Amino acid sequence: MIDCLYIAWRYVCSQKLKTTILVGSLTLIILLPLALNALVNEGAEQLRSRAAVTPIVLGARGSPLELVLSTLYFQSKSPPIMRMSEVERVRNSALGEVVPVYVHFNARGQPIVATTIEYFSFRGLRIVSGRNLAMLGECVLGATVAAQLQLKPGDTLLSTSENAFDLAGAYPLKMHVVGVLAATGTPDDEGVFVDLKTAWIIEGIGHGHQDVTRPESAGVLLSRDDNRVTVNAAVTQFTEITAENVDSFHFHGDASHYPITAIVVIPNDEKSGTLLQGRYLSDSDVTQAIRPAAVMDDLLSTILKVRSFMIAGSLLVSVSTIVTAILVFLLSLRLRRREIETLKKIGSSPLRIGVIVTWEILMVVAISGAAAAACTLFVMRYSQNLIQWFIL
Amino acid sequence: MIDISQLDFSYGSDPFQLHIERFSVDEGERLALIGPSGSGKTTLLHLVAGILTPASGTIRVNDHDLSSLGDTARRAFRIANIGLVFQEFELLEYLNVLDNILLPYRITNTLLLTAKVRQRAVSLADQVGLGEKLRRRPGQLSHGERQRVAICRALVAEPKVLLADEPTGNLDAQSKLRIVELLDSFAEQNGVTLLMVTHDHSLLGQFQRVDDLTGLVTNSVDQKDAGAHQTSAANR
Repeated sequence: MIDCLYIAWRYVCSQKLKTTILVGSLTLIILLPLALNALVNEGAEQLRSRAAVTPIVLGARGSPLELVLSTLYFQSKSPPIMRMSEVERVRNSALGEVVPVYVHFNARGQPIVATTIEYFSFRGLRIVSGRNLAMLGECVLGATVAAQLQLKPGDTLLSTSENAFDLAGAYPLKMHVVGVLAATGTPDDEGVFVDLKTAWIIEGIGHGHQDVTRPESAGVLLSRDDNRVTVNAAVTQFTEITAENVDSFHFHGDASHYPITAIVVIPNDEKSGTLLQGRYLSDSDVTQAIRPAAVMDDLLSTILKVRSFMIAGSLLVSVSTIVTAILVFLLSLRLRRREIETLKKIGSSPLRIGVIVTWEILMVVAISGAAAAACTLFVMRYSQNLIQWFIL
Repeated sequence: MIDISQLDFSYGSDPFQLHIERFSVDEGERLALIGPSGSGKTTLLHLVAGILTPASGTIRVNDHDLSSLGDTARRAFRIANIGLVFQEFELLEYLNVLDNILLPYRITNTLLLTAKVRQRAVSLADQVGLGEKLRRRPGQLSHGERQRVAICRALVAEPKVLLADEPTGNLDAQSKLRIVELLDSFAEQNGVTLLMVTHDHSLLGQFQRVDDLTGLVTNSVDQKDAGAHQTSAANR
């Protein structure tokens, strides 16, 4: 038996290209369904776990899925806007704790997540370097962002202009990095966290500029009375908030109309949550209240159906590949007919020749199985990262 | 050593038919078998080796009646008694020289591959000048070297009968002579009966006896009823 194994091994080793192609094909057909299953399970688990710890989300009426993707995963490009007045409305109801979220801007491709300090305790986010937000214009980076952009406390990060051709639009804001969060393996690792007011400054609702009441600003002064000062567009606007100019920053308009994209509500208890949801059931209401877990379950049921189709498809491909592999083996046997005849002439039995060929097949299958197992283990080991790179 | 009588053989519906009234080779005798293409030289070798079985008649080799043996027994007989050298060498390209020589031991369970056998294989390779090329593949050897490997493979199990089917067919004149001398000297030193098919009449002087199959057999293609007689040609 060892001799048959040896001859088979020598043959498999000698046919490098054929063996590599066969092993590659078989590895893929074994790996595909396994890896797909592992990735979908891990993705579903990640989506479900984050949704499960986010009790209720309020947002502008529209797609519940878009609201969840925007608020929990910072994915939606332009989530619908709601007003700060809704925050006060929920607060006044005393049905739970509220965490407003405004995900609208980005900095060097990373989402700027504007929120309040309560968000960090709600998500269990911990600062590993630097400190938390304390002043306008500061930002705290998720672990992945800090690593990708190679930023640390003391560095600065410029917000990205919404539209470079909008000359009347707000200037990008140079934000000061004051802290870096510990890695959590969640979308929080990908966020640039700022205070809501900082986001509103990026929006242009708040701004800081040179003191137009001082005599040296006379050149930009258009008119002045007891209540109002009018200046021209030449007034110097600050694009960075510093200790020296922070006092000049101010906001215009009614604060209750300032924009946010969602409110995460942590209800006092189940009953409070139900009551809160009940208040937003009317279709005429511009705000909707959703339970992210329910939205994600709907999405996951669709994903799992798609997974079933994909696995069924990959199984069909597997059958086709196996048939092709069998054909390759049979053709190979035809090509080796003379060799097989020689073995018979020398004295080998057909059974022994069959054993040699079977060993060759088993070796290719075993190598493919081992490679597929190694790849599957790799996928399972790094499925969390793979999901974050490719999906979230 | 080899004794054939009243042998009839045909390949199914093929018109070729081989009939041998009587044919014998003594132990240790070194015989060249000549004859035109299609006269049945290779068929005769295969019958003597037990690769083919006759329709009727008897073939006795080394006191074994091959006609009465089943497939398994004939294979065991062949492995133990017959060494085969083919015209096209028939080496396994994915095995090195040493593994090719040891092939009879690796493809049967009736021979045991021991350290002594390995030593014998190395020694054979040394004797034919391949001692330094044991790890080479057949593709890295010349035609002459490949045929020498095939001869070593045929001799490694210490056969009683060596059957060579035109082993010099693809070689130059000098290599042909070397191969024949090699086979002849191995056969003589080890008391092995050598039966070699050849088309090359320049080599016949190396053999103790030359048989022309044209006169030895009757076959249905062009030699019907030619009668059977044996031609001996003593040499040297």
